[in-house]
Amino acid sequence: MALFRRRRRRRSSCHAPFADGVCGAKKVLLVGNPNVGKSVLFNALTGAYVTVSNYPGTSVEVARGTAVIAGERLEIIDTPGMYSLLPITEEESVARRILLEDSPDMVIHVIDARNLERMLAMTIQLIEAGLPVILVVNIMDEAERQGITIDIPLLSTRLGIPAVGAAIAKKRGLSEIREIISHYRRPVHPVPEYSRRLENDIAEVAGLFRNRFTISPKAVALLLLQRDQEMTNLVRVKEGEGFAAVEAKIREKVYARRESFHLDLSLERRKIAERLLSGVFHVPDKRRTTFGEKLSRWAVRPLTGVPLLLVVLYYGLYQFVGVFGAGTLVDFFEGKLFEGYFNPWVTGIVKDAVPWPVIQELFVGEYGVITLGLRYAIGIILPVVATFFLFFSILEDSGYFPRLALLVDRLFKKIGLTGRAVIPMVLGFGCDTMATMVTRTLETVRERIIATLLLSLAIPCSAQLGVIMALLSQAPGALLVWFICLLLIFLAVGVLAARIIPGETPMFYMELPPMRLPQLSNVLTKTYSRMQWYFMEILPLFILASILLWIGKITHVFEKLSDWTAPVMASIGLPREAAVAFIFGFFRRDYGAAGLYDLQTQGLLNPRQLTVAAVTLTLFIPCIAQFLIIKKERGTKVAVAIGLFVSVLAFGSGYLLNQFLLTTGIL
Amino acid sequence: MKLSERAEEILEAMWTAIEENGEGFAAMERIGVAADDPAFDELTKRAFIEIKEGRITFRPEGKKEGRSTIRRHRLAERLIMDVLNIRGESGDNKACQFEHLLNEGVDAKVCTMLNHPDTCPHGKAIPSGDCCLEARRSGDLGVVPLTELKSGEEGRIAYIQTEDNKKMQKLVAMGVLPGNPIHLLQSSPSYIFRVGYSEFAVDAEMAREIFISRLQG
Repeated sequence: MALFRRRRRRRSSCHAPFADGVCGAKKVLLVGNPNVGKSVLFNALTGAYVTVSNYPGTSVEVARGTAVIAGERLEIIDTPGMYSLLPITEEESVARRILLEDSPDMVIHVIDARNLERMLAMTIQLIEAGLPVILVVNIMDEAERQGITIDIPLLSTRLGIPAVGAAIAKKRGLSEIREIISHYRRPVHPVPEYSRRLENDIAEVAGLFRNRFTISPKAVALLLLQRDQEMTNLVRVKEGEGFAAVEAKIREKVYARRESFHLDLSLERRKIAERLLSGVFHVPDKRRTTFGEKLSRWAVRPLTGVPLLLVVLYYGLYQFVGVFGAGTLVDFFEGKLFEGYFNPWVTGIVKDAVPWPVIQELFVGEYGVITLGLRYAIGIILPVVATFFLFFSILEDSGYFPRLALLVDRLFKKIGLTGRAVIPMVLGFGCDTMATMVTRTLETVRERIIATLLLSLAIPCSAQLGVIMALLSQAPGALLVWFICLLLIFLAVGVLAARIIPGETPMFYMELPPMRLPQLSNVLTKTYSRMQWYFMEILPLFILASILLWIGKITHVFEKLSDWTAPVMASIGLPREAAVAFIFGFFRRDYGAAGLYDLQTQGLLNPRQLTVAAVTLTLFIPCIAQFLIIKKERGTKVAVAIGLFVSVLAFGSGYLLNQFLLTTGIL
Repeated sequence: MKLSERAEEILEAMWTAIEENGEGFAAMERIGVAADDPAFDELTKRAFIEIKEGRITFRPEGKKEGRSTIRRHRLAERLIMDVLNIRGESGDNKACQFEHLLNEGVDAKVCTMLNHPDTCPHGKAIPSGDCCLEARRSGDLGVVPLTELKSGEEGRIAYIQTEDNKKMQKLVAMGVLPGNPIHLLQSSPSYIFRVGYSEFAVDAEMAREIFISRLQG
């Protein structure tokens, strides 16, 4: 590793003036606690875009981009949030691995000015690891508003590293950061010292190392003393035979300090931070209560929080996404633009240009790539998804979700989840595929499986939701029946899954970021990037589905398929034409719902059939994309099991509901 | 001079009968110690008790002694059962042996460690000692789990008691460090507290493992 390190150094200082790409590009790593503004800084430096949110633990993936500062090209790497050098969660391990293995030329530690003392503990760790640290004290604006003052130059001198006070979201401090990066020379500075006892312990362990590591022996020894598994394995490999002695020493020390090593270490770090901050950090005696804090109080008290949630859902989800997005916008795009102008026009062109009816069908027929695929994608799905993502991004940036998480935690515990699962669950109403990806942030495998199952079963995505709402709103009572069915199934399956799937529900803890007024530009970029992802995801599938349906139609396989499934359809009281909607549904959930929409406009369904079809279709197996993501995230076995379970349950529920409605005659 | 173990048991039985059950005296035959036991002599000689026709009563000095004896006994029970986790009959037996060691100030130490308990594991009252009165007077309410704080109450984190090392690390990383001031903002449906300028939400299980020393007031 030592050799590797030297080689890197030389490469990084190679003299090609406009060195492109990886060669020569210095690496700048952004690290820090969750939700301190690393991603904002990344975006500001690179001009690229990664999703920024006011929700801890959103950057699951590592973002890499390039920045050109003072004519030099740099590689900027954004890492998931980490609280300390000792990782606990998967995201933190990812972040640390980069820190240890990527040999960065600069490490920018971004911290929250208001919590300077607490976060300085990690700065100390980075410095003692011998990393080239630059400290960015972010969110200075909010700190100042609360009357906090920080003497940044003094702090910088005491730490012996460059430090900048910044409010990156407001562009404050950016030029200073660029300046420091462009002139960065690794300073020689003392490493903060612990108590004599701890320093002795560290020295005894570090003295046994025969090799060098990417970080200082002191940091390695400390991690070993904290029984860090990854570091232990690394040292075992590198030290070879010498490891036995190291291990024996570690055992001895760990035993001697078995009472409270982690705590002692943290307390020592706090003491160092306190020393560094005396005369640097001034807090007013009386804290000021901001409006955001008041709003936060309302959001988390059940008495005010539940009504607030209902208001948010009613205006955000129902009025904005449902009525405006799925109603007004869809009417305009689908009804006026596509049906009124675009489809007749494009049909005319294609029919003139292509003489063969079969090929005409492919583009502009009943299942035509343009008349059906594009119409569904742009006319129906796009407006709904766009309004949903806009709504979601505003909520996300306001900091509302963590509050919602703690509000529903107790309820979610009953279905084997913690409040943490609220993000994937709400996101599922936008796109279940995206939500399934986000279940990665949940702590245990058990939670992830339950969340994945519930997402693929009972959470309709916004596109599907929009179409179904439009459909059912025409039959009074149908929407209510549909809603009650889904809620019951969601809870029943959740409670059952929590009992059946082995393991314990993890504890719930979450940092509550301050509530802020969302910034329009950030909300818009975020919505845009999500939509872009979504569109790239669905458009090919829509076209593929159209082509497959076209093949099915011209080869009559499709009709046969309808024939085969007719008994199944009949058993849940639906006409055989409904099979088409279900086959559609396998490609895209919303596609299936849109198929129902067509059936309904043709007058083929009565309210009872419509309700049964909507419930069955909502529960029905996840679309191809979601299925593939489940397979990727959870493995083939789980994916197949979920697929089978969901299909059986969907038709089973459809059958029961049909019987129930027939007997009671409610609809 | 220290009383014999047998003598202490007599005082305890008397305390239960007279002070707790409100009987005017303790009947000799119900005390569980043979009538010819030298312990009775010992107590009479020190003017702790009076025996008349098989009826035993306290003298003022004896009542004081009885009170502190019963206190030691019940503190011992708490220690054995709650802290050392020895239950059932063996717990009772061990407590009986242990109580005799709790004199000369050891009882006050144990009492403070146990945070001045009011009752024994069987639900009987533990007479308060000087240490309890002192604690009450100085407003030191002792160390309680976060779950015991009322919302709006402030305190200082005393310690974290968890078996799970990862959880300890997480809490510590969040700034839940002994010595830090903590402000409980809300206790339902989840616990929300503020440390420094950050707010955190935890569930009851987690809150139970954070111990707070209450501020005076």
